[in-house]
Amino acid sequence: MFKKLLVIWLGSIIALTGIVSLSQAGEVNVYSYRKPQLIDPMFAEFTKQTGIKVNSVYAKKGMLEKLQSEGRNSPADLVFTVDIGRLSDIQKAGLTQSVNRSRFVADIPDNYMEPNGHWFGLTTRARIIVASKERVDPNAISNYEDLVDPQWKGRICTRSGKHPYMVALTASMIAHHGLDNAGTWLAGLKNNLARKPQGNDRAQVKAIKEGVCDIAVINHYYMAKMLKDPEQVPWANAVNVIFPNQTDRGTHMNVSGVALTKHAPNKDNAIKLMEFLASKTGQEMYAQRNAEYPVKPGIAWSDLQDSWGSFKEDSLSLSVVADNRATAIKLADEVSYND
Amino acid sequence: MANALRVTRMKGFRFGLGFPQNSWTLVCLCVATLVALPVVAVIWTALKPSGDIWPHLIATSLPGYIGTTLWLMLGVGTSVLLTGVTTAWLVTMCRFPGRRVFEWLLLLPLAFPAYVIAYAYTDLLEYSGAVQIFLRMVFEWQTPQDYWFPEVRSLGGAVTLMGVVLYPYVYLLARAAFFEQSVNVLEVARVLGHGPWRTFFRVSLPAARPAIAIGVALALMETLNDFGTVDFFAVQTMTTALFDVWQGMGSLAGGAQIAATMLAFVVLLISIERFSRRQQKVYQNVSSRFRELPSYRLKGSSSLLAFVACLLPILIGFVIPLTVLIRLAVIYFHESWTAEFRSYALNSLSLSASAAGITLFVALIIAYSQRLAGGRVIGVATRIASLGYAVPGAVLGVGVLIPFAYFDNTVDALMRENFGISTGLLLSGTLVAVIFAYVVRFLAVALGQVESSLSKVSPSLDMAARTLGYRAGETLLRYHIPLIRGGMLTAVMIVFVDCMKELPATLILRPFNFETLATHVYWFASDEMLGEAALGSLTIVLVGLLPVVLLSTMTSRARSTRLSTGTVT
Repeated sequence: MFKKLLVIWLGSIIALTGIVSLSQAGEVNVYSYRKPQLIDPMFAEFTKQTGIKVNSVYAKKGMLEKLQSEGRNSPADLVFTVDIGRLSDIQKAGLTQSVNRSRFVADIPDNYMEPNGHWFGLTTRARIIVASKERVDPNAISNYEDLVDPQWKGRICTRSGKHPYMVALTASMIAHHGLDNAGTWLAGLKNNLARKPQGNDRAQVKAIKEGVCDIAVINHYYMAKMLKDPEQVPWANAVNVIFPNQTDRGTHMNVSGVALTKHAPNKDNAIKLMEFLASKTGQEMYAQRNAEYPVKPGIAWSDLQDSWGSFKEDSLSLSVVADNRATAIKLADEVSYND
Repeated sequence: MANALRVTRMKGFRFGLGFPQNSWTLVCLCVATLVALPVVAVIWTALKPSGDIWPHLIATSLPGYIGTTLWLMLGVGTSVLLTGVTTAWLVTMCRFPGRRVFEWLLLLPLAFPAYVIAYAYTDLLEYSGAVQIFLRMVFEWQTPQDYWFPEVRSLGGAVTLMGVVLYPYVYLLARAAFFEQSVNVLEVARVLGHGPWRTFFRVSLPAARPAIAIGVALALMETLNDFGTVDFFAVQTMTTALFDVWQGMGSLAGGAQIAATMLAFVVLLISIERFSRRQQKVYQNVSSRFRELPSYRLKGSSSLLAFVACLLPILIGFVIPLTVLIRLAVIYFHESWTAEFRSYALNSLSLSASAAGITLFVALIIAYSQRLAGGRVIGVATRIASLGYAVPGAVLGVGVLIPFAYFDNTVDALMRENFGISTGLLLSGTLVAVIFAYVVRFLAVALGQVESSLSKVSPSLDMAARTLGYRAGETLLRYHIPLIRGGMLTAVMIVFVDCMKELPATLILRPFNFETLATHVYWFASDEMLGEAALGSLTIVLVGLLPVVLLSTMTSRARSTRLSTGTVT
């Protein structure tokens, strides 16, 4: 028995060492904060068109440190993220290089890219308010600022105040209203919460369906995701979608984006992949598959997005949002948002 | 003990198993240093400045986080202690219906990753879960305001579920300790008129205390480093603070400082426990006669009570969550059963098996060297080497990245300078890094088990073997390993199961295009898509069960052969 186990053990070690693959020409290596199920189909399409193989590894915590410690020998060419914060962290750590925007894509709006081309937004996502169809008059709430109105006391749900999406929203409030007012706003929102912040954006919509709360703040594409899952369709159907602040600055937006690493060994292929994702095909895939808003104008949206129609976006530069992040997290601590 | 052994000095240096004791010491120190590298890297990172993070934390969230962490540890500690020791005592020392089956059924909750159990119970007990739907149907309640129901996502929920997943650590170690206790001592206790209760408290429990302490320490370290479960339950612990600072405020140094503080706390706890039994040494002596352990036959209500006490943790920790997972896996089968799925399972299996074997090997070297030479230096090195278990996985991952990348880049720079060729990254981003991380992380588990088994072997056995002219290595192979086989099997088994479940370090260290079951489950679970994650979770559990079943049959066989051939502990 022992011998058998020993043989199996040695066999598995040998099998594993065979798996190690080295980067080669005709490839591009991707470190991704994005979930594979969303982006793999797009990589597959890219490989089909160009013959360039995409190697990817998906992780969150420690990615920046990984790039940093690997230094000039890092195999990574591109980093994909789903939030402005990480893009800006990687850039500030000096791990990116600039890409000439004219070569990459000319019509990405200025506020969705780094001025020198160190990172680019590929899609945008709107932080929307959803409200119960049954219990909330759709005209009763129209701005982020309205969330602190005492009439919503005990009726609002959000995810953790320290999640990147909430942090970015708070950071934009700081940019627009100043630190003190933003603090008052966050404390007011905390005061109106129906329960301790928990779960992801989807879970908040579910809570509305269940009657735990009446209003929630979520990223827009979760609506599309829920409508694709038979069990979750009733959740999505229980709420109205509200794009906030249409009469003033516009709805807070975040980006999913990409950056070229400083020591990218396959730079040409990497830029080809960036070009592909910013092309009509790539941008349409984002919209059709995941209902994200393409950064590029003139791209067909998904039916759901069309049904919501166009809306005014907050034009605040995302670099500013990124700079306010640490302050926003401290604010969440100060008002005990998550307690 | 150590002094007696040190008398037998060997002359000269020989290769192979016959190398003299100071070589054992040397090898042990080298291995321990290597394993300690990631923890050292974390501590080193903690020495860098972290700005104004501490005043902010202390003024706002930290006191609350510390309080929650302490309550969580106290709750889980009490729960695993009571459950683990009670069930272990019942199945080894009492006779009641189902005892033999319970003996291995009680291990099963170990196969469940804590975060998966958390998902499963939330699915079951939340407002839209089956239980509340049923209650609403029966009592005709309409809204959440009509009735009170305990909130799963809470500190109480976290304590209950983590307790139920982690008690097997205590159970395993305590059972082994009760198993190995000397029949003579128990008989003496009987002769002195001790009943079962007094025997338990006066004789068995003190003898098993080192093993139980190790088990509880393991469970507490796991509790302390957990992020997945507490995050899902919105319970804010020190780990929450760590990730706020590291991920949110972008200060790795600040995060490392919190990790280091947590480490210091663990070291303090372990030292207190060790200090409190510094005078105690228990060797159970060799007897020439072999007998089954005397056992207490339970009747009537006490038998029923024992049955329920063993059944309950299995129900909560295994049967119920398994049922939830099976239901979901069936519903979402088509989405989940893809071509890649089998290869993920195979990856998990081979990776965990390799790591478990290596971990056991390392643990054996360290524990045996300690036995041979002892001494403060080895002791401290060993303690530091086993601290990897108390560090949150993602932080440990970074701790592995740093020395590996440093090594690779140094070699690369040397080669470029001298030969004009670039060797690139040799080890970073390969499975070597992943396996190394597993060894670092789970060495404490294997070491605890091996140490506690070895400590039961009387030093007179070493002396006898050495007097007969066997060298240290031969003594280990011929006498110790056969004697502690049971403990070794248990060690390999737990480490294997732990590796199957490991997520954060695997995520950050694995090579391109390489997925394990745990990382695959994470794609969905991180988005709270329990349905799509169910089949993967179920497979982790089932694959994790293989060695549990296999080894539990081997452990009982090991004991029976040992008993019949006449070697004792």
